[in-house]
Amino acid sequence: MSLQDRLTELRDQGLADIKSADVLRKVNQVKVDLLGKKGPITEVLRGMRDLSPEERPKVGAYANEVRDKLQAAIDQRHAELEQAVINKQLAAETLDVTLPGRDVAQGQPHVITQIITELEDLFMGMGYQIVDGDEVEEDYYNFERLNLPKDHPARDMQDTFYITKDVLLRTQTSADQPRSLENHDFSKGPLKVLSPGRVYRRDTDDATHSHQFHQIEGLVVDKHITMADLKGTLTLVAQTLFGDQFDVRLRPSFFPFTEPSVEADVTCFKCNGKGCAICKQTGWIEVLGAGMVHPHVLEMSGIDPEVYGGFAFGLGPDRFAMLKYGVDDIRNFYLNDVRFLSQFYKKG
Amino acid sequence: MRISTTWLRDYLKLDIPADELAEKIERTAVEVDGVIRPSEGLKKVVVGHVLECEPHPDSDHLHVCQVDVGEEEPLQIVCGAPNVAAGENVIVALPNSWIGDHTKIKKGKMRGIVSFGMLCALDELGFDEKLVPKEVADGIFILPADAVPGEPVFSYIGMDDEIIDLSITPNRGDMLSMNGTAHELAAIYDQKPTMPTVDLQESATDVAEDDLTVQVDADETDVPTYKMRLIKNVTVKPSPLWLQVRIWNAGMRPINNVVDATNYVLMQYGQPLHAFDYDQLTAGKINVRLAKEGEHLTTLDGEDRELLPTDLLICSDDQPICLAGAMGGLDTEVTDKTTTIALEGAVFDAVRIRKAAHNHDLHSEASMRYERGIDHGMTGTALDAAAAMIAELGDGTVAKGMAVGRDEDVQPVTVAITLSRINHVLGTELTNETVADIFKRLDFPTVVADDTFTVTVPSRRWDIHLPADLIEEVARLYGYDNLPATLPTGQPTIGKLNETQQVIRNSRKLMESAGLTQAISYSLTTAEKAHAFALHASELTNLDFPMSSERTALRLSLVSGLLDDLAYNNARKEHNVALYEEGRVFYSQPEEVRPVEVEHIAGAITGSMVKKSWGVAEQPVDFYQIKGIVASYLKSLALAEEVRYVANSDHAEMHPGRTANIYVGDQLVGFVGEVHPTTAKAYKVRETYVFELDLTALIALPKARQQYQPISKFPSMTRDVAMLIDDNVTNATIVALINQKGGAHLQDVQLFDVYNGSHVPDGKKSLAYTLTYQNQDATLVDEEVTQAFDKVLTALTDELGAEIR
Ligand SMILES: [Zn+2]
Repeated sequence: MSLQDRLTELRDQGLADIKSADVLRKVNQVKVDLLGKKGPITEVLRGMRDLSPEERPKVGAYANEVRDKLQAAIDQRHAELEQAVINKQLAAETLDVTLPGRDVAQGQPHVITQIITELEDLFMGMGYQIVDGDEVEEDYYNFERLNLPKDHPARDMQDTFYITKDVLLRTQTSADQPRSLENHDFSKGPLKVLSPGRVYRRDTDDATHSHQFHQIEGLVVDKHITMADLKGTLTLVAQTLFGDQFDVRLRPSFFPFTEPSVEADVTCFKCNGKGCAICKQTGWIEVLGAGMVHPHVLEMSGIDPEVYGGFAFGLGPDRFAMLKYGVDDIRNFYLNDVRFLSQFYKKG
Repeated sequence: MRISTTWLRDYLKLDIPADELAEKIERTAVEVDGVIRPSEGLKKVVVGHVLECEPHPDSDHLHVCQVDVGEEEPLQIVCGAPNVAAGENVIVALPNSWIGDHTKIKKGKMRGIVSFGMLCALDELGFDEKLVPKEVADGIFILPADAVPGEPVFSYIGMDDEIIDLSITPNRGDMLSMNGTAHELAAIYDQKPTMPTVDLQESATDVAEDDLTVQVDADETDVPTYKMRLIKNVTVKPSPLWLQVRIWNAGMRPINNVVDATNYVLMQYGQPLHAFDYDQLTAGKINVRLAKEGEHLTTLDGEDRELLPTDLLICSDDQPICLAGAMGGLDTEVTDKTTTIALEGAVFDAVRIRKAAHNHDLHSEASMRYERGIDHGMTGTALDAAAAMIAELGDGTVAKGMAVGRDEDVQPVTVAITLSRINHVLGTELTNETVADIFKRLDFPTVVADDTFTVTVPSRRWDIHLPADLIEEVARLYGYDNLPATLPTGQPTIGKLNETQQVIRNSRKLMESAGLTQAISYSLTTAEKAHAFALHASELTNLDFPMSSERTALRLSLVSGLLDDLAYNNARKEHNVALYEEGRVFYSQPEEVRPVEVEHIAGAITGSMVKKSWGVAEQPVDFYQIKGIVASYLKSLALAEEVRYVANSDHAEMHPGRTANIYVGDQLVGFVGEVHPTTAKAYKVRETYVFELDLTALIALPKARQQYQPISKFPSMTRDVAMLIDDNVTNATIVALINQKGGAHLQDVQLFDVYNGSHVPDGKKSLAYTLTYQNQDATLVDEEVTQAFDKVLTALTDELGAEIR
C-alpha cells in the first residue's frame, strides 16, 4: 500500500471516528490517537525517509493536507459538542423573566414641589434669582408696602392669621417684593426674582380652601420693562409648561400693588380651548394674577417710578396641580396619604 | 352687582346677546360671575284670569277655580292660596308645565276634584324667598288687570330679563351702579349713553330748612357731605310692579314705595340714601357725630346694639337714630303711617363705614358702596332724584331746598400723561389719535398739546388719579389682546440657585433615593405638638385668634407633623410608610418681633421599606436602618468635622435607650432614634423611627476640602479580630481604641459581626472587626502588621477587658 493510500485510509477512518464521537472526551481521544506524536500520521511521515526526492514533497504536501483536514474536523466537532453542553446548561438555567424584580425603595418629590421646581428652572433659565422669603412677616411688608394700607377694602380678599398686631403669617409671597426692591443694587443690572413658598390665609379647610397653600411670585424691575414683556413672559411660561399651541389672554383685574392689573387666562389644557367642564365651557383657565408694579410700591422702596418700572405676577401651584391632575380636594396636598403622593411620577 | 340688560337698554342701544355683552365686560372691565336668566327651565307658565272661585266641597281652605288661559274653554284648577279670588289675573302653570326647582306640573286630583295645573306664587317660579315682597309672600301673585290671559307670564314680572352678575373689584366701585356700568359700556361700544334726568317739582310754600336743621359735628374727612330733603304728605304703599321688578331683578326685596325709591336711586346712581319718618324726629334737629362710650341704638332689624366710639351716628336732638352708612334705627323707620319723609343724602368715610360694618356685622348694599367709595359729585342729584320719585309714587310734595349740614366742593381731578410714557409702559406704538379716541369714548375731557394729554377725570371715576391709572384705561380699552408679546431686554442676568437652595434641592433628591417620599405637612399645629420633638427648647409662636384648637402655633419640629401624616396613613391601613419633609421651624425670639425661621429636614419610617414579594420578606424598619439613611445623607454633605452619634435619653418623646443625638464636631445638629412607645400611642402610630436635622446649621458648617489622595501602589493586608466583651462597652469606644493603638499603617476598621445570642454568656456580646493596613510608600511585611495588630489585641484585653477569640 502506498503511503498516499495509507493516508487516505487514515483520513477516512479518522473522519468517521470524529463524526461518531458524541462527547468531548471521545473527540479528544481521537485527536490524541490520530494526530499525537505516536499516532499513525506521524508514523507515515516518518516513513517518508524511504521515498525518492521527487515523491517526498508530494507525499509531504498530501500528509499535511490530511492532517489539516482532520484537525479542522476535530475542532469543528469539538465546538459543536461544547455548544451542546452550554445549550443544555442554559436551557436548565432559564428564568421566568416576567416575575417581578427585587424592589429598590425609592421615594418621590411632592407634586407641589415638582411644579415649583419646574417653574424655578424655567425662570432661572431666563436669568431670575430664586428668593425664599420669611413665612412670618410684618404687616408693614405684607400689606402696607404693597399699597394695602390698614382698612383697605382689598384686605378683605385675604383674611389673615395675625401673631401680634403687626406680625402675621404671610398671605402672599409678594410680601417679599418690598425687601427685594430695597435690597437690590440697580447699578448691577435689573431685578429679576421668583419667590416660591408657603402662604397662609384664615380660611376653614374644605375641598377648595386650605389655610396653608403655596404661591409663586415673579418680579422684574428695570429701566424699560413693558406690559408687552409681561404678556410675552407669561405666554412663554404657558407654552413651556403645556405646549406651543397654548395661548395666554389678559383680562383687567385689581391688585393694590400693580397698575394696570390683569388676570391671565391660559388655553384650557383639558380641552385645548374647545370648552369643557373644567374651563366652564370658556376654553380658558384662570391661572395667574399679574400687572405692572404700582408706582407707589416703587416709591415706598426708594425707587423712582419715573425712571424704573416693572411687572409682577403670581400663581398658585396648588390650584395648578388641581387643574392639571384633576385633584378634587386641596387637602390631599397636606394630608400626605402615600396612595396620593405616589401617583405623581417625576418627569425626567 | 346684578345688571339688568333690560334696564341697561334705557341707556344704550345694545342689540347684543347677553353672553357676548358679559364676555366683553369681562375682557375690558370687571369679572362676570354669570348671566342669570330667571325664566330659564320654565315652560308653559301663562297669565290666567280667574272667572269663578268656589270653595272646595271637601276642604276648608281649598278653592275650585275656573280660569281663562286664553283657550276656548276655561281650565278647572284647585288652589289653596288664601288670596285667590274671582276677577283676578294670576300665574298659571298649565298641565305639563315646568316651574321652579325643575318641577313638572301634571294634571291631578285634589281631594277628589280634578285640577288642570296650578296657580303659582313667586317663589314657586324659582324666586329667592328673600326677594319676594312680604305682602305677597303668603299667597299667589296677582298680576295687573291689563295682563292678557294665555300669554307667557315672564314679561309681566321681569323674568324675561337677562341679568349679568358682575364681580366688582375694589377699585371699580363706580360700576356698582347702573349709571357707572352704562358709562363703561358706552366707552366699550363707543356710544353716547342716555343718562337719567331729574324732574323735581319743589313746593312753592314749604321750605325744608324751616322744619329741619342739620349740623355735622364729625370731621370733614369723616362726613364731607350731609344734606336732607323733606317730602310731605306722602302715602306709603307698595310700589308699582315695574319698580318692584327692577328692585327684585337687582337682587333686593321690594318693601314700599319710599324704600324702593331710595333703593332704585341707589342702584341707579350708586348713592346710598336713607329715609327717616320725620314725625319721629324730635324738634327737627339732626346732628352727625361719633358715638360715645356706652351709647345704644336699636336698629331696623330689632337688634339692640352697643355703639363704639368709632361709629358715625345720625342723631335727632343728639339721640342716636341711625348708624351712618350701615343701618337705620327702628324708632325712625318709615312705616305705613308715615306721612313726612326726611331723606338723607350723604358721603361718609370709607374706613369708618368699613369698621362699623365689620364691628356690627352689618353688611348692606349701602355699606358695601361706602366702603369702596362713591361719586362725591353726585350726592345732590341722587337726593333730588329720590325725592322726586317718592313724591311721585306717594303723591307727596317736596319741600323747597335742602337742609344742608355740609356740602363738599367737588373738583374734578386733572392728570397729565404723555404718549411716549404710555407706549413706554405698554410696549406699544399707539398714536395720538388712538389715545385721544379712548379718552373721548370714556367721556374724559382732554386737552392734547404735542404728545401730552391733560385729562380731566370726572368725579364718577374716583379710582383714577395717577398717570398709571390712565395707562390702565388706555390698555384695557385698546384691548389686551392687541398688545404685542415680547421678552424683557436690557442687561442680561444669571439665574442660579444659591448654596442653601442647592443643598436643599440635593437633600430632597438624596432622601428620595434613600426611599423616602416627600411630605408637606401643616406648619400650624396644637401647642403640645408644636413643642414635641423640638431640637432646642423655645417659646411658641402663637396665633392671635386661631380658627381652631388644632391650629394654634407654629411648629418647632417637622417630626411632629410627619407622625400626624403616618397616623393618617395607618388609619387607612397603609402601614409601610417612609416620609421625609424639608421645611421651616420657628424659634421664638423674645427680643425680636418675628421668630427666626430655620430650615430642617426630617424623616419618619414605619413598617417595612421593602415591599413583601416572592423571595423577599418584609424587613421591619429599625434603628440601624434610619441611622444608615442619616449617615449616608450626612456623608454626602462632606462635612469637615467628624459626625458623632451620642446616646441620649433626654428627649421626652423618644425611646430613652434607642436615641442618639447627632453632633458635628461639638455642634448638636439633630437626633435619630425610635419614637417613645407612649408618644407613638398618643400619635396613633406603630413602631416608628425618626430623625430630625437642622439643615441651616449643616449648611453653615465647614465643608471638607476636596483634595485628591493618591491611591497606594502597594497591596493592603487585613487582620480579623473577634472578641467577647461586656455589653456596656460601645462600638464607638472599641473603634476609638483600635484607631488609637492601630499604628501608622492602619487604614480602616470595619465591624462585620455582632452577636449576643445563646452562645454568649449573660452580660457579654461578641463583636468582630476587620482591620486593614496599608503603607503608601512600601509593601508591608507580615511581621510589621502582626506586631501592630498584637498591640491592638493587648490594648483591647487590658483596657476594655475583651476576651479575644
Ligand atoms: Zn376646557
